[in-house]
Amino acid sequence: MKMLPTILANLFGPPATRNYPFAVREPFATARGELVNDIGRCIFCGACARKCPSQCLGVEKEGTEGVWSLEFFACIGCGVCVDACPVNCLSQKPTHRPVAVERGVIALRGKLPEKPAKKTEKPAAPEQ
Amino acid sequence: MARSVIPFGPQHPVLPEPIHLSIVVEDEKVVEALPTLGYVHRGLEMLATKRDYNQMIQIVERVCGICSMLHSMCYCQGIEEMMGVEVPRRARMLRVVWSELHRLHSHLLWLGLFADSFGFEALFMQLWKIREKVMDLNEATTGNRVIVSVNVVGGVRADLDESQVRWIRDTLADVEAAIKSLRSTIMNDSTVCRRTRGVGVLSRQAAYDLGAAGPTLRGSGVAQDMRQLKYAGFDEIAFEPVVETDGDCWARSTVRFRECLQSIDLVRQGLDRLDGGELAAKVKGKPEGEVITRVEQPRGECLYYLKGNGDKFLDRVRIRTPTFANIPPLAAMLPGLDFANVPVVVLSIDPCISCTER
Repeated sequence: MKMLPTILANLFGPPATRNYPFAVREPFATARGELVNDIGRCIFCGACARKCPSQCLGVEKEGTEGVWSLEFFACIGCGVCVDACPVNCLSQKPTHRPVAVERGVIALRGKLPEKPAKKTEKPAAPEQ
Repeated sequence: MARSVIPFGPQHPVLPEPIHLSIVVEDEKVVEALPTLGYVHRGLEMLATKRDYNQMIQIVERVCGICSMLHSMCYCQGIEEMMGVEVPRRARMLRVVWSELHRLHSHLLWLGLFADSFGFEALFMQLWKIREKVMDLNEATTGNRVIVSVNVVGGVRADLDESQVRWIRDTLADVEAAIKSLRSTIMNDSTVCRRTRGVGVLSRQAAYDLGAAGPTLRGSGVAQDMRQLKYAGFDEIAFEPVVETDGDCWARSTVRFRECLQSIDLVRQGLDRLDGGELAAKVKGKPEGEVITRVEQPRGECLYYLKGNGDKFLDRVRIRTPTFANIPPLAAMLPGLDFANVPVVVLSIDPCISCTER
């Protein structure tokens, strides 16, 4: 009986929930969602792949090209790779990736940077 | 009447997680309860040999969904102690803020589940409605609702700006008012009292002897709280453990209810002490040696044993979680009860089986 005032206030007050999916709350700006790579700026140093706790990232070099791959089912969205990236080409959207029914790997290709000295120096820094 | 054995769990409507109890009953009275664990073992401790000590932070966070911040904080404290890292004051205060927000949302979640266990759906919904505001605070300040992932060895990797601090204070004022409005329901309502008063009594001596932890221990009158160890920023913060002396389900729920209000106060004290310092100290070298470190999780004392050998991989990570400590007291509480009270008493220790089995 002691909860009756609260129950009545809820009964005659506005609903506490939204009419999802027709009304969607704006995501918080800092929310850690989908991982994206601006592949044009990526130097394929591999710092993200080495730091990733779930080992969902891969960086390979094929001739003058580099391949950055993400196994999106394995990604836990922790943002460690974003912090580790020396050129800030990795970022996280505040929204999540749409639901997928099949496991897959996103592979992005880009040109390797011309100065090889940079890519060997940079990854050494976050190793501590 | 002959004894019969009733299996309780691992799938049971009142249990959020899988624990099996073989409950021996005579008529409706419980004679004995034998717990069985091992349904959700994931081998997370073993991953320490395959992931480096920094990557392990994200792994120990996943030991428990509800108190992820406390797990990573405990782990980081251990590594920092091994490596002799001094954590900046701002980082220590931010750890207090987020860990107490975690305790707040965990206790609100538990109070809701507890109300649900004796069929008080309206109270369950109301508490979870309040909890949602705390979850929003977590998501907006750290990036995630539950697995906040803010700890690093040496400090934290997220910060609060002025507007966020103001927003947290405003929201906590609303949350505090909403929680206080439910005080008489949780503590004095006849429905609640009939299902919780005098049910599952654990005496002070039994709680101590059986090694109970957290609100289960404090509900029996033992003023023991790991925050008294003054880890993180608790060395500067005024803190007294919340204690109730009845030792029954009512006492345990009252301890958690009062701790919700205490956590709000501790968050405010942490926010008051935020200075303009650094977020994380520089860390050099690799962990070497052995260390035992403890924090107070929402469910009680959490203990980490870490052993490093100077390599980036740790030799051993051993986690003892509060639910593991609270299972022997649970087995001692159940005999003599009506069978209908078993779900209420099982929930009163706030079992977190994912934690326990890791």
